[in-house]
Amino acid sequence: MIWQLDLAILTLVVVTAVGAIYIKDLLGTAILFGAYSFLMCLLWSIMGAVDVAFTEASVGAGVSTVFFVGAVFRTTRRTKD
Amino acid sequence: MKAAGLLIVILTGGLLIYATADFPPWAYPQSPASTHVSPRYIEKSIEETAVPNVVTAVLADYRGYDTMFETTVIFAAGVACFLLLRIRVEEGPEEQLFRHSLTGMTIRIKDGRKAPSDLEEFERIDAHWVPQDLIIKTVCRILIPFIQLFALYVIAFGHHSPGGGFQGGVILGASVIVLAMSHDLRSSLQRMGEKVNALLCAAGVLIYAGTGALCLAMGENFLDYGILAPLFRCDPVMARSNGIFMVEIGVGIAVMATMIRIYNNVSSAGRYDEGL
Repeated sequence: MIWQLDLAILTLVVVTAVGAIYIKDLLGTAILFGAYSFLMCLLWSIMGAVDVAFTEASVGAGVSTVFFVGAVFRTTRRTKD
Repeated sequence: MKAAGLLIVILTGGLLIYATADFPPWAYPQSPASTHVSPRYIEKSIEETAVPNVVTAVLADYRGYDTMFETTVIFAAGVACFLLLRIRVEEGPEEQLFRHSLTGMTIRIKDGRKAPSDLEEFERIDAHWVPQDLIIKTVCRILIPFIQLFALYVIAFGHHSPGGGFQGGVILGASVIVLAMSHDLRSSLQRMGEKVNALLCAAGVLIYAGTGALCLAMGENFLDYGILAPLFRCDPVMARSNGIFMVEIGVGIAVMATMIRIYNNVSSAGRYDEGL
């Protein structure tokens, strides 16, 4: 485990998570969630949990992003708060 | 209200971070999990189940109950999505758009008028703007068989490499979702209709639970695959490996059908006529 890489990815995880909360555009939030999942997938694979990383990549970064985009497409793109 | 929420979040988060200080360090060999539980699986799983991937052995054999109910949770998610969103629409949308494929002209047909769906050079398009996307359609059509092949590989080689029913099922579902996105929802529904999808959804869970019940019927505990040896014509250790494979197939089918079902319901707002 390279700690520099670990730290960089962890920082990006926090940045994407906070960004997903604060951004007004829901489509952007969906994309940020996808990026968050992908970074988590990288973290899992760094820690050696390859099966979990695989699941995170396919479910989290792949299909759930599509679901979010679909839901945004059918509802509204802007949040009230 | 917002400040109170922030305060609660900060307090809970601080408590969680404070609690992680008591955790054993990462990959600490003297932690309880590494002294009792993990060595048992690492040392015994290959001679008990003949599965090189310990994760798969734990997931589908030692912790078979957990995985069965995980599959049931996914099935329930699909059913909940269906119950919440699905609306039965007797007639289609008020106006339908057709594109003349030779000239690229779009015609709009209001309700009650005769639609030119019987003519070959007209294709039905969604009500929102659909650009001509020959490249996307062609690339997806070429790519989808490979995605599906990879998904089957992931399911079948879950014993030896990372992967298994969940991941493979999601990738299989994603291949159909890619079809629905690159073409339209109608062409993906032609290949996997709603009823087939519902059947597959339930069949996957049934395969899993049925494998367990079969073990029960043959006189062993629920999901104890060793007793299935006469059915597979092999020794009990190999039978456990094959039992895991059967279960993974069930998981794969259930997850695939559920992913497609959730996509269909969400992207068309339960109307099943025009998708993303």
